[in-house]
Amino acid sequence: MSMNAGKKSLKGATLLLEALEKEGVDVIFGYPGGVLLPLYDALLDSSVRHILVRHEQGGVHAADGYARVTGKVGVCLATSGPGATNLVTGIANAYMDSIPLVVLTGQVVTSLLGTDSFQEADITGITTPITKHSYLVKDAREIPRIVKEAFYLAGTGRPGPVLIDLPKDVLAAEIEPFSTEMNLKGYHVPGKGDSDKIAEVAKALSECSKPVIYAGGGVITAGAGAVLKQLAEKASLPVVTTLMGIGCFPYGHPNLLGMVGLHGAVAANYAVDDCDLLIAVGVRFDDRVTSGLGHLFATRAKIIHIDIDLAEIAKVVRTHIPIVGDARLVLEELLEALAGFQLPQVAEWWDQLRSWKNYYPMRYDKDRLTAQLVIECIGELANEDTMVITDVGQHQMWAAQVYPVVKSRNFATSGGLGTMGFGLPAAMGAQIARPDDMAVLITGDGSFQMCIQELATIAHNKLPVKIVLLNNGVLGMVRQLQKYFSGERYNQIDLQGNPDFIKVAEAYGIRGIRVDSLEQVRSAISEAFEHPGPVLLEFAISPNDDVLPIVPPGKPITEMLGG
Amino acid sequence: MLHTLAALVENHPGVLTRIAGLFARRAYNIDSLSVCQTEDPALSRMTIVVNGDAQVIEQVRNQLNKLVIVHSVTDLTAESVVNRELALIRIKVSSETRSEVLQTIDIFRGRVVDMGRTNLTVELTGDIEKIDGFVKAIRPYGLLELVRTGKIAIMRSDV
Repeated sequence: MSMNAGKKSLKGATLLLEALEKEGVDVIFGYPGGVLLPLYDALLDSSVRHILVRHEQGGVHAADGYARVTGKVGVCLATSGPGATNLVTGIANAYMDSIPLVVLTGQVVTSLLGTDSFQEADITGITTPITKHSYLVKDAREIPRIVKEAFYLAGTGRPGPVLIDLPKDVLAAEIEPFSTEMNLKGYHVPGKGDSDKIAEVAKALSECSKPVIYAGGGVITAGAGAVLKQLAEKASLPVVTTLMGIGCFPYGHPNLLGMVGLHGAVAANYAVDDCDLLIAVGVRFDDRVTSGLGHLFATRAKIIHIDIDLAEIAKVVRTHIPIVGDARLVLEELLEALAGFQLPQVAEWWDQLRSWKNYYPMRYDKDRLTAQLVIECIGELANEDTMVITDVGQHQMWAAQVYPVVKSRNFATSGGLGTMGFGLPAAMGAQIARPDDMAVLITGDGSFQMCIQELATIAHNKLPVKIVLLNNGVLGMVRQLQKYFSGERYNQIDLQGNPDFIKVAEAYGIRGIRVDSLEQVRSAISEAFEHPGPVLLEFAISPNDDVLPIVPPGKPITEMLGG
Repeated sequence: MLHTLAALVENHPGVLTRIAGLFARRAYNIDSLSVCQTEDPALSRMTIVVNGDAQVIEQVRNQLNKLVIVHSVTDLTAESVVNRELALIRIKVSSETRSEVLQTIDIFRGRVVDMGRTNLTVELTGDIEKIDGFVKAIRPYGLLELVRTGKIAIMRSDV
């Protein structure tokens, strides 16, 4: 076709980049390789910014962090074979948390597909269970349609990762461009909820005396935080959030009871257990919330489940009024529908809730250096636009319990998959997405070392990420589980051999500050925040501190230890 | 209880993997599965017989519907439907049993499609119960090989 004189022909790779530009992509996180030669060549002439990560896992988590703090679709790129398989954890991570990603992978030339050729891996096959959809492009003329569909699929409905596998010859093919339409007859995005059902909810609400709103990540995805707040304030409804829902309802608001679940606030768990009407919005009754005991969850309540994904309805708990739709549109309609009804009488309920809240606050020692004290101090010195990104483990739960997140999309954490190593690259992606807001990573010495290579990317791109390393020298969460549930038979939790993290940071050209005493905490954090570049702030904390309260495995969420 | 689901799916490579993978991953039991092109060459029709209570079947339908390659899913269990299965069955025969076997085939309205010295092959269509009944009836003579297509189903017309 390149011989076809008169018409301008384009390379598949150029067509791909043009399609990405059309979708508004400003940055991709990638790592080159043999089959991607045509694409990296075309990138030289494209407006799309490319961030060279140091490991493909870093690339996909960075795209994920970018997506979480903006709501836009994150894009990452890896070569065939090991490049593609290195993405798998990150794709699964995004899938579990419903994060919109378009994942681009190189693939061997189509004539070699299926022959076990060099750096060949069946990445569409490998990722089928962890993608919303995937494509193996066999013809370069399909690129514009597939890219358009991929972004639409990733970003609408219940978002998720979509993978596009691109054989080298498809990227190199010279073709005449032509416009193309999406062909997605099997995909429907729910919008408004069923009005009759919403009226039923309004009626149930007016008749109940102990209501609770259980809000999750879906509220953030739908941009429903503002209307949720209106609803809660209008009807004096208490709100509990999931880990993924943190930020959808402002910290410190009198209606907020806190996080619900295994490390949740006692008042939140008691409220869910005791309520007579549970309005679940954008949640999936995850086992970290229900303790895996759907049949013992909110047993006294009429359960209303509002979700955009029909397959989530009645998956875990019996639902009395299911509403499939966009959370924002459904809550707006519910707010209107409430006008025709009396508001619930909740004064007594609030007496009970307030007494639980006062009797069981989040407690920790303030006379020594603890993780919670550091996290609270960060909260005091940060502003409401600061993005907090966490890794996975004890520090994550402490951050979820005490960090004052007041806005949606300012708290990014690996919820469903619980991926150690997520934090550093995700913070990097978040900082690139929102250069004017501060990105603070809260991590531990275990998680930090799982993607530590991205310090190079952070240093090279001068990303002013503030890395708060809570170093207790152990895998604290596992240690705590062994302490409570394995009779203190500790095994493989001691991270002996940890490097001097300050020296590691300095080796990358990143400023390092170590804090060993309570008195230095505030000034060190201030100093880090004022520094224009990236900083590693290391806090020496005790390995004996536990995340409390905790619901033992197999116990209902009311049976918390250490509340 | 057994449910018959009819799924209209896109007709291209990888579609079967997605459906089969979904069933495996979520631990749903496929009793039988048949796939073929429809009157529209862009679409295939899968007739899936799956075992489960009402809640499980609802989940199966919802999960199937979530797949981008699935255009629709209909539960044909409660509907008024015609369902058929085709079986090819090789049966051992001897001079003593041949006439009895042929009689049995006749009763079930099967057709002999191949004949050897010591065996014969029968083609039989019908609903699952009929084929099960035939298999039971001829088993004492010696069932050598059995191939079944799995159920296919279509809704009855309104008239």
